[in-house]
Amino acid sequence: MGSVLRIILQRLALGLLTLLIVSIVIFVAVNLLPGDFAESILGQGATPEAVASIRRDLGLDQPLITRYFDWLGGVLQGDLGTSFAQANFATFTGTDSGATTVAAQIAPRFANTMFLAMVTAAIAVPFSIILGVLAALYRNTVFDRATNIFTLSSISSPEFFLAYILILFLAVLNPIFPSLSNIFEGMSFGERLEKSMLPALTLTLVVTAHMMRMTRAAIINLLASPYIEMARLKGLSPMRVIVKHALPNALAPIINVIALNLAYLITGVVVVEVVFVYPGIGQLFVDSVKIRDIPVVQACCLIFATAFILLNLTADIMSILSNPRLRHPK
Amino acid sequence: MHGISRRGLLKTGAAAGVLGLTGMPLRAQTRGGKLTAGLSGANTSDSWDGRTHSDLFMIASAQGAVFDSLTEVAADGSLVGELAESWEASADAKTWTFNLRQGVTFHNGKSFGADDVIESLQLHVAEGAKSAAQPIVAAISEMTKLGEHQVQFVLEAGNADFPYLMSDYHLLMYPAGQIEEAIANGIGTGLYQVQSFDPGVRMVATRYADHYKGDGAGFFDEIEYIAINDNTARMNALMTGQVDAINRIDFKTEALLRANPALRIQEVTGNQQYTFPMLTDVAPFNDVNVRKALKYGINRQEMVDKILLGHGAVGNDTPIGPANQYYHAEMEQLEYDPDQAKFYLQQAGLDSIDIELSASNAAFEGAVDAAQLYQASAAGAGININVIQEPADGYWSNVWLKKPFCACYWSGRATEDWMFSTAYEAGVPWNDSQWDEKDSARFQELLLIARAELDSDRRREQYYEMQQILRDEGGVLVPMFANYVQAVNNRISSPDVVGNLWQMDNARMAERWSVA
Repeated sequence: MGSVLRIILQRLALGLLTLLIVSIVIFVAVNLLPGDFAESILGQGATPEAVASIRRDLGLDQPLITRYFDWLGGVLQGDLGTSFAQANFATFTGTDSGATTVAAQIAPRFANTMFLAMVTAAIAVPFSIILGVLAALYRNTVFDRATNIFTLSSISSPEFFLAYILILFLAVLNPIFPSLSNIFEGMSFGERLEKSMLPALTLTLVVTAHMMRMTRAAIINLLASPYIEMARLKGLSPMRVIVKHALPNALAPIINVIALNLAYLITGVVVVEVVFVYPGIGQLFVDSVKIRDIPVVQACCLIFATAFILLNLTADIMSILSNPRLRHPK
Repeated sequence: MHGISRRGLLKTGAAAGVLGLTGMPLRAQTRGGKLTAGLSGANTSDSWDGRTHSDLFMIASAQGAVFDSLTEVAADGSLVGELAESWEASADAKTWTFNLRQGVTFHNGKSFGADDVIESLQLHVAEGAKSAAQPIVAAISEMTKLGEHQVQFVLEAGNADFPYLMSDYHLLMYPAGQIEEAIANGIGTGLYQVQSFDPGVRMVATRYADHYKGDGAGFFDEIEYIAINDNTARMNALMTGQVDAINRIDFKTEALLRANPALRIQEVTGNQQYTFPMLTDVAPFNDVNVRKALKYGINRQEMVDKILLGHGAVGNDTPIGPANQYYHAEMEQLEYDPDQAKFYLQQAGLDSIDIELSASNAAFEGAVDAAQLYQASAAGAGININVIQEPADGYWSNVWLKKPFCACYWSGRATEDWMFSTAYEAGVPWNDSQWDEKDSARFQELLLIARAELDSDRRREQYYEMQQILRDEGGVLVPMFANYVQAVNNRISSPDVVGNLWQMDNARMAERWSVA
């Protein structure tokens, strides 16, 4: 077990380094975009004096490097800063009372995104594993081919297209689910679930193919092994052979793919959230990039990157734990 | 369905006016129920601070529901009192006395009075405040509390439109001494009291009991405004009945909405205009003949048909639109006439001319296409326009007011003087054609005379002359006025006359609409 712990620590250290690099890349990239916060928030009213005054208030007139290290210093002390929009608003009122921190701004949005990710995972993971097992069981039949065609065409379509198709069939022609997923605080769990159903189904369609095909391939790969043959010779039913004997050994690659797709559910929701007006972190991210609100953009990117790193790490750890050969290296 | 223009109403609306004076609603409106609207123009940076408001979501939530101003522009374009009951001016229009409504309370129970007015207005000129209404308040040299319910304003210079300016959506009334709290929680004197507000996401408010506007306004028990900035999502929400009304219809999908019998489309022509300003202090635009040639080289009707898909009206190179009081509708329309354009080019001593036109869709939707249409129509007159596609980011900082000829838009202003003094008065920062005395001393002179003129007939003459000067010599091409187009389902009833100063019945649907 000591080696597992060492791997975890090693990976966490590497993860921190990755986060640092991500933050630098994002910071530079957002600053390379034409226009800045002052210009975009003022729009047509961007007189040179107004732009200069906002830049001065927010410290945007400082050199890039100074601003980056100011921000980094704050983050290292656990302070993600104050969004430009909020800070600018505070200078309007002349006090800090109205300004909420980036953390307070992101927290409810992040909770919403996590909720959507969990609903999607609760649907997508069992669905794709069952489909994968069935496809392996009935491989090369019409069922197998149909499943493959269906999942591959849904992963190949752009998300907004899938979203509109679902809206057309499940909201406009047959009003089963609402097309507007504006969940808010104080909503009952049932309502939340109903409102989140269409975005969850869209995301399910996007992530199913990967997981389902990996399940199928991993199981079929094992079906040629001698111990499976032994199980068959014992007279076990094909279903039992696959679920009891093949699946446990095929888990490592499947878990890996599931973890990757879960990371996608957090980081890849931007388009889906915009289409369904879901108040998650993706929408906040889009809004913030539009107005070049760097503290919020940075915080969102850090969250995305952390989700990716942690879920990848989990995937590796799980595949080690589920494989005795990796658990007890010689 | 075309909304009745202000002018049409004035001509035919005498009977309605009499009914209106009796204080009876023209049609019995049902009280109760809920209005759910999907609105664009929302931001995560939104707040209840009127100084920051610039787009529909917050205007409809603040001035349209939760807060009040001193005056209000009615749906027919006339000015009525909101928190002010009446007002009078001195003969030079410099001193204005406002009598405030009595017995009005804020949603936290505090009663409304003269102190609230003074403190709320001073917010806009506070040190470091970046209010768009700053020039309005800065023009007031003195604010005096004459009594609990009477305020006197002394202006730097006479301004007959001062009461109109007080209806500006930035100038909201907050409770004095509690302004920070009021901005944080949304405490106003409006018809609706905030229940929850999530910036960039949603606003819910319920009818405030015993409101001073009584039974004649604010018919819903509850209103919910949902922020939907995405066009398609907004359409879907309306089509599936999740919202009752949406603003800003996408013209390309408008036919689908029209085909739905449960919906109706409201369309009004207001002052929103798409323009091409040229800097009149830069050659060749400093030559009035070149400007005239450019005016005849543009095909306005084609622009309305192809850029607005018919949802608009041709412009006559003045920023004064149908929602203005002194709109000169009978003025002869500039037409596309390549021969005239060539004639004026020759007057300028040229056979042909090469011009660069900067455009980006940040100026208005379809600006690049409009520039290309202009390029094609002008080519017939020997005007060679080179369309330069500018990046949308930073367009207003780097192109507008900087490049000699570019695309632009204005949402227009409620009064002539307000519009002229924002973008046509010599020396003001947004004068996007650098229009001043050297171009027309007469125009700048009339601007000052008309501003302090209290006699409506004389003012009309003066503003008509100014519109004529702009049409003939002005440095801004105003080829089209874009309609405000919005959709409502039949669960909600709305008055026959819908305001055309802003989208969604001047953003006051919570006040004026009701459950059918």
